[in-house]
Amino acid sequence: MRVELKNITKRFGPVIANKGVNLTIEPGEVLGLLGENGAGKSTLMNVLCGLYDPTEGEIFIDDKPVVFDGPGDAIRAGIGMVHQHFMLVPVFSVAENVVLGVEPTGALDHLDLATARAEVERLSEDYGLAVDPDAIIETLPVGVQQRVEIIKVLFRSADVLILDEPTAVLTPQEVDEFFQIVRSLCEAGKAIVFITHKLNEILEISDRISVIRRGEIVGSGDPKELTRPELAEMMVGHPVDFDVARAPYAPREVILDVADLTVLRDHGAVAIDNLSLKVRSGEIVGIAGVQGNGQSALIEALAGLRRVASGRVTFDGTDITHISPRARHRMGIAHVPEDRQRAGLIGNFTVAENMVLDTYYGPPFAKGASIDWGRVHADAARVAEEYDVRTPSVFAAAAHLSGGNQQKLVVARELSRDTRFVIAGQPTRGLDVGSIAFIHAQLMAARDEGDGLLIVSSELDEIMAVSDRILVMFKGRIVAEYAPHIAPLDKGEIGLVMAGAAA
Amino acid sequence: MNAMDKATQWRLLGRTQVEDLVIVPLFAFVAALFLGALVMAATGVDLAVIGQSYVALVKGSVGSLNAVSETLTAAAPLVLAGLGLALGFRAGLFNIGAEGQVVMGGLAAVVAGVALGDFPAIVALPGALLAGALTGAFYAGIAGWLRAVTGAHEVISTIMLNLISYRLLDYLLRTPLIQKEGRADPISKSVPDAAELPRLLTFIDANLRVHAGIFLTLAMVAVAYWLLFRSKLGFEFRAAGENAVAARFAGMNASLTIILAMAIAGALAGLAGANQTLGVLDRATPGFSAGIGFDAIAVALMGRSHPVGVLLAGLLFGALEAGGRQMQVDAGVSIDLIAIIQSLIIVFIAAPLLVKALFPWGFRREGSG
Ligand SMILES: Nc1ncnc2c1ncn2[C@@H]1O[C@H](COP(=O)(O)OP(=O)(O)OP(=O)(O)O)[C@@H](O)[C@H]1O
Ligand SMILES: [Mg+2]
Repeated sequence: MRVELKNITKRFGPVIANKGVNLTIEPGEVLGLLGENGAGKSTLMNVLCGLYDPTEGEIFIDDKPVVFDGPGDAIRAGIGMVHQHFMLVPVFSVAENVVLGVEPTGALDHLDLATARAEVERLSEDYGLAVDPDAIIETLPVGVQQRVEIIKVLFRSADVLILDEPTAVLTPQEVDEFFQIVRSLCEAGKAIVFITHKLNEILEISDRISVIRRGEIVGSGDPKELTRPELAEMMVGHPVDFDVARAPYAPREVILDVADLTVLRDHGAVAIDNLSLKVRSGEIVGIAGVQGNGQSALIEALAGLRRVASGRVTFDGTDITHISPRARHRMGIAHVPEDRQRAGLIGNFTVAENMVLDTYYGPPFAKGASIDWGRVHADAARVAEEYDVRTPSVFAAAAHLSGGNQQKLVVARELSRDTRFVIAGQPTRGLDVGSIAFIHAQLMAARDEGDGLLIVSSELDEIMAVSDRILVMFKGRIVAEYAPHIAPLDKGEIGLVMAGAAA
Repeated sequence: MNAMDKATQWRLLGRTQVEDLVIVPLFAFVAALFLGALVMAATGVDLAVIGQSYVALVKGSVGSLNAVSETLTAAAPLVLAGLGLALGFRAGLFNIGAEGQVVMGGLAAVVAGVALGDFPAIVALPGALLAGALTGAFYAGIAGWLRAVTGAHEVISTIMLNLISYRLLDYLLRTPLIQKEGRADPISKSVPDAAELPRLLTFIDANLRVHAGIFLTLAMVAVAYWLLFRSKLGFEFRAAGENAVAARFAGMNASLTIILAMAIAGALAGLAGANQTLGVLDRATPGFSAGIGFDAIAVALMGRSHPVGVLLAGLLFGALEAGGRQMQVDAGVSIDLIAIIQSLIIVFIAAPLLVKALFPWGFRREGSG
């Protein structure tokens, strides 16, 4: 099945998200779609999967024009999408999620789960998508949840699969497995549209690459002939500098001292097991580790959002183990939450409101009991400009920003104020190469001003790029420490330790 | 999906708000009147009478000075209680308890008014109003506290508190401190003149009931607007209602927000009760709340939990109530029909997609922005 987008334009009010886009998707091929944050990739794919009506332009399937009235039409025509943010019911089983909306039913409208389960098993068999059909979604790692999303689309017999930033939340091993799946799908004649910000991934897996900038396709190419710098330049329109400038390592006194910390998960299992670490002013400590080894609990405990079962957290000589998030905030501790959608932003609030979500209560934004909105709007506009948060105005709803721009909004909010310590979870998730370099430079600037920083990231490359010291976390403990100023880093070795080799 | 997407698409121009606050309710109203006519026709009312009754509806709500006075009188408590509910909804609290808060606030205002009867009006009236507001706040605060501390859902607890308030009213009305001297039935002492909300237009006609409560109501619309959209507290309410997790991550105190939102909602409902006892009824009797707290839920929903919307919705409901009485007098249509029309309006408003499907030309087309 050959899909052609002809002259697609999509407007949201005054914003032009896509402008005269022409794109062809051939069966059995992986089309890589690359572009800056807010370039219009998700919007274009939402048009293709029937979620948005194009303002102008047409879609052709095998040279016949089609019009989709909703995603149901698109999936019946064989086009299915796995969205940037998953859409599974957490308390349902895999099989239940897969059949949701197209349930096979027996007599008297009885839900025929046996057939559903068999179908899920057949699909996982055919394409190498190992999942247990009876597992409950919320108990599964993200990588597996993603397979469920893919099975869901295959179950509806899609021939074209759109995958919007599928690898953003995957561990390196999961990415390898994911690529295997993509290859087997292609062999079966499916067409894949693959969106990512990771240039090495797109070079590895795509058969063809199209680059989109400010809503328009600005170039296409063969991954065998393109290099990372060339791609990056095509994306942003000028050469990109990947290296972060780094002042010499000059740590000062210990600012955060975590001693014998034990933290439990919601249901009582141990998340952090008697962990100790120190962060000094003027240094960046990176926490490396495979997701699910207690990193989230560590961040939440340090931000005051999760109760500490035992142990002590001292900040600048003061015991802060049990003080409120607001009190920590007042002390100059900033926190970039891992999950921007759920915890970092309020989608229906404006960009400006989100920009002051945790600073609205004090000067300069509050005047007595009221908020000085004039001041808020002016400041938000300045910070958005400085951090290149692409939004039509500070009055736009945050939910209407592109995924990467939502992330930039959260990071901008936390880094733009006066801080002494920064806790950041996945600070550059979903950002394009230029934005990553910019955020890394901001983190570095905070360090050079004397802040302590604790960065958690599942991207080992990111941790290695910014950290002065690297701590590897495994099963709730720190199992190894590396310092590039002492010995050069060995990525392979760190990877092994992350997988549990030192434990 | 497309329609939902449309609703959240673009806020910058405020077009969505206009649709929500004005166009949807307007069409809902028209559709409800039409269905109301069908219901009348189905019950054997002939066409002339149906026409006559709608004329009466207009006449009785805005057709004369007295009609306007009645509309405003009926609207004031609905707006006051509706504002409180709207604040709660914004904070993510589904408070069903305005009725009980109206009862407790209204009764407290009478008690305080009687106690302050010898003071000049400048002390007695504010004192009585304040007593109503504080009692409402306290009564709603119980539900807020239960929710914040024990997790008891406010829908259940406020329904129970409503039931308790009815019985408590009956009981208290028979206690010597409150019961009117020389009466055996449950009825309170009369509110002394100093604590009454003065009638405004008696110099034109002694029967015009509109009273100073409408100024209180307008002031509260402004206060609620300020609170919701200009104050720190309102920012916290809205954040908690939109995304409680993000609010917590931003360092807002969820328990405090819940308790304060409930208490302020209760204060406004208490004022609605005080408005009735001090401005209209002159005393408290069993059932004096007359379902205001329940109608106010509809007013808050119809007003889209926006103070200005609540004001408009309250005026509409007030007009329906005043006009309904006239319908009954002029055309002999049952007052129940008014209840049916009110209910139909609520159904239509609760289903904006239905309204948009019925009147597609009234709304923006998908994609054109
Ligand atoms: N529902 C919407 N309402 C208004 N504007 C929107 C909406 N959805 C997207 N936009 C705007 O359209 C533009 C393109 O957004 P899109 O989400 O397609 O970007 P993207 O290329 O997927 O970026 P990212 O890499 O950050 O995910 C952005 O400027 C965004 O603000
Ligand atoms: Mg996107």
